[in-house]
Amino acid sequence: MSFPATASQTVGPYFSIGLSYLNSVSVCAESAEGEHISISGQVLDGDGVPVPDAQLELWQADDKGRFAGFDPGESGATAEDFQGFARIPTDERGVFRFHTIRPGTVVTLEGTSQAPHIVVLLFMRGLLKHLVTRIYFANDPRNTGDPVLLTVPPERRQTLLAEPTAEQPEQYRWDIRLQGENETVFFAY
Amino acid sequence: MKNKISPFLPLRPGTQPDYLHPSYVSSILRSPRQPLIVVPQTLSELSGPVFGHNGFGEFDNDLTQQHAGAPLGERIIVSGRVLDENDRPVSRALVEVWQANAAGRYMHKKDQHAAPLDPNFSGAGRFLTDDSGYYRFVTIKPGAYPWKNHANAWRPAHIHFSLFGAGLLTRLVTQMYFPGDPLLPYDPIYNCLNDERAQQRMISSFDLENTVPDTALAYHYDIVLRGRDATPMEEQR
Repeated sequence: MSFPATASQTVGPYFSIGLSYLNSVSVCAESAEGEHISISGQVLDGDGVPVPDAQLELWQADDKGRFAGFDPGESGATAEDFQGFARIPTDERGVFRFHTIRPGTVVTLEGTSQAPHIVVLLFMRGLLKHLVTRIYFANDPRNTGDPVLLTVPPERRQTLLAEPTAEQPEQYRWDIRLQGENETVFFAY
Repeated sequence: MKNKISPFLPLRPGTQPDYLHPSYVSSILRSPRQPLIVVPQTLSELSGPVFGHNGFGEFDNDLTQQHAGAPLGERIIVSGRVLDENDRPVSRALVEVWQANAAGRYMHKKDQHAAPLDPNFSGAGRFLTDDSGYYRFVTIKPGAYPWKNHANAWRPAHIHFSLFGAGLLTRLVTQMYFPGDPLLPYDPIYNCLNDERAQQRMISSFDLENTVPDTALAYHYDIVLRGRDATPMEEQR
């Protein structure tokens, strides 16, 4: 007798006591190969109020498009200094910030290429089930052929694009808006 | 290049909560208003982080032994299996738990409930499932506590569970409840589905077999993670 997946429940307001031991500020070590970047942003609720008690979980490929712990075959395994995972809390101003490398292209199950992206799982009080979204990079020419981005209505795609800041091109800005104008695109699979 | 990895089965309708659930007031401003966009599963979600014992402390699976003295409250053993929707064990799944103390107070700076903290109880643990998907930890039974959702709102006693199975799309955070809790019918978080049976699967069962005489009562709680399309595994036999 098999059962459907157990129902999701909110992490509630006090999740940090159980989850913060795994918090970090980096998806990979400083020594990891690739173009090192940082991404920061703010999580905002339907009133535009910052969410001080959210948690992001990030999962991404290395600069060659490989996932840690997952052997895709001919391209080999990821290096020791690339974890590809990070758990990042928002601070009291709803701000999150992390360091990583720009990921490589990742193949789909059909063998086509996806543009560089970071998968983001979003948890907070008020969410009975976590949300899933992606960070892409503005001005990456590969975005135009990305099978996931192409599924998103063109006028909403910019909510998934991290923009380089004017002062520091290796620093990107990407905000999460839960509702309202420029509501972030969230995915179902 | 084609990958042989199997996609996940679609979630069965009605077995997961909607984002907007107005009786849970916090969901009103924090749930998306646009429908989710259904996209193809790719390697980015079929893969996922793999965790070992690194970073675990000696008593991460015994919340009653993390301090100099024993915590107040009713000592209990919670155990069960983590399975997928094909009824196969999920081995080496990372399970993270957190909870209130016996008086219904969390060891968290934002919890202002006027119940005492227990210096001998932090209320957090973590462990991996074994090859059979089995897990077991020792804790104390958490207390119910009031919250501000509506007039005279009380959360039923619960333990938070966070799980990482094989693949990002199996990620699950849920809450384990206790059998016979009179607060369950009034709790908007527990009552987030229109499927009573799916809700009842979040309630543990009393587990006489695993009680330890003179020491601890026991509860059993199985958790099911989203399953992959089973066919490729069958063909390998």
